[in-house]
Amino acid sequence: MSEAIYKPVISRSALRYRKLRDRAIETLLLAAGLVAVFTTLAIVAILLIESSAFFEHVSLKEFFTGTMWTPLFADARYGIAPLVAGTLTTTIVALLVAVPLGTTIAIYLSEFAPHKVRETVKPILELLGAVPTVVYGYFALTMVTPALQWLMPELPGFNMLSAGLVIGLMIVPYVSSLSEDAMRAVPRYMREGSYAMGATRLQTALRVVVPGAFSGLAAAFILGISRAVGETMVVAIAAGMQPNLTFDPREPAATITAYIVQVSLGDLPHGSIGYQSIFAAGLVLLMITLVFNVIGFWLTRRFREAY
Amino acid sequence: MSANAAAHRSIEALRQDLSRRKILDRLFVIVGLIVMLACLMVLAVLFIDLVRDGAPRFGWDFFTNFASRRAERAGILAAWVGTSLIMIVTAVCAVPVGVAAAIYLEEYAPKNWFTAIIEINVTNLAGVPSIVYGLLALSLFVYQFDLGQSIAAAGLTLALLILPIVIVATRESIRSVPKAIREAAYGLGATRWEVTKDHVLPYSTGGILTGMILGLSRAIGETAPIITIGALSFIAFLPQSPIQSEFPFISFKWLGDPFTAMPIQMFNWVSRPDPEFQANAAAAGAILLGMTLLMNGVAIWIRYRFRKKINW
Repeated sequence: MSEAIYKPVISRSALRYRKLRDRAIETLLLAAGLVAVFTTLAIVAILLIESSAFFEHVSLKEFFTGTMWTPLFADARYGIAPLVAGTLTTTIVALLVAVPLGTTIAIYLSEFAPHKVRETVKPILELLGAVPTVVYGYFALTMVTPALQWLMPELPGFNMLSAGLVIGLMIVPYVSSLSEDAMRAVPRYMREGSYAMGATRLQTALRVVVPGAFSGLAAAFILGISRAVGETMVVAIAAGMQPNLTFDPREPAATITAYIVQVSLGDLPHGSIGYQSIFAAGLVLLMITLVFNVIGFWLTRRFREAY
Repeated sequence: MSANAAAHRSIEALRQDLSRRKILDRLFVIVGLIVMLACLMVLAVLFIDLVRDGAPRFGWDFFTNFASRRAERAGILAAWVGTSLIMIVTAVCAVPVGVAAAIYLEEYAPKNWFTAIIEINVTNLAGVPSIVYGLLALSLFVYQFDLGQSIAAAGLTLALLILPIVIVATRESIRSVPKAIREAAYGLGATRWEVTKDHVLPYSTGGILTGMILGLSRAIGETAPIITIGALSFIAFLPQSPIQSEFPFISFKWLGDPFTAMPIQMFNWVSRPDPEFQANAAAAGAILLGMTLLMNGVAIWIRYRFRKKINW
């Protein structure tokens, strides 16, 4: 009798098996989580290793101070400045489009639009960021550039202006979506306090909500910058692929990303200096995005409002 | 009397100021609406423009012809087959790993510096430019692992690229499962894995599916990383068939075959000076855009349905 009472429902060995299985599964799941860490490490390691082979042939001084980038010519020059100038110019043009448009849309959706409009428009707007970039490249080359040429007849067929404008449109949803989230996180009582003082919705939005959400806005802009700096296909298609040390957006120029594409399209032998040069270019690209991310991190920290 | 007049004047000034501010307020509503509609219009214009430019190419032949030197005969057969196979590899690699990583971070991970490192890595990877993934793949997959310029290399590259998207989406949907459900299952003696497998995962299927589709819709249009690993743009043959007539009937030889993909094919046509090819580019772009929008639409629909169905 008493034996039956004390007999456990689950046998000890079954319990041990379940515990072991749980431990094994946890290890597997952890391994999946570590893939992200290894990817980061691999990216950094490979860029450093391949670039160090590049810098055995090219001095750092030439790389950073040279003003010509012609690694594929017989008279090879390795000054990264033209590519960096191209990248910065298209990024600035893109931000001049995306920041005002994105912020306006965010303020409108967060402070003015009825609930239904917001819930409908936001996903549709996000589709704008999902369009394949090669399609945006076609758009820039065959629609935006001709339209700009109609305004400015002397504009060349390849130019950074049209590429930058289209990248700007592309990153509007990133900026607006994140900004809107940040603005909606500003507590209701702050708005009500402002309304009680007789402020209109616009005044409340500009003087209470936007300053309150500043750290979120900064994060949104930084994300936009990262996207613009790393954007490849639009500039490869619409801005031409000639390295050109200029900050004039009306000129054609190559960006860091466009150069990597240009080299990859050819058939460079593994281990040649041309092959190594795209890794050096990639390292510079990663550094630029890293710098912006650090600035963004600092800004969000510095201006975070705790509610 | 003059004090009264002054008060009257200041009220008048206040009224004027108020009406001016109200006008500004209304003006902003109009500006906001215009800006928003303009951005939405861009999407419509983009699609209409592609369909109009590509109209002469639409037809059965476009899907069943290989690329050709003659624009009107060139098709996307190799491209869409390549894209489909790459997507299979990407999905098979990214979804299990991404979901597993998300489960670990939400259900298992202790709160310590080690977990923080994994989380920071996931966030940072989402911000790495896609072409950098291409460089990683070129050096690691193509040369170190000796996969060559193959479907497997491309699929793995895109899998790494969309991993953060899958992880973030899965985490969000796991997080939205109420604690009470977990507690109830633990109370009945379930182990952590049993709680996760039988309760948490079924409730978060919608979010996981959404993340998977959004990730794949990003991967399908990615051009730069697979150009970097050296996809060929002129391919007039198909990869080896995955289904064989002899035992064991299934072959994985296609994984090692060279390939082309839809965005690569489109890029190749866009960059040709011959305007005849722009029609091909537009037609390929319309199909690519259509597929992306369709996938996003399905994702939104799934999210909406699951949100409606579940009432905690």
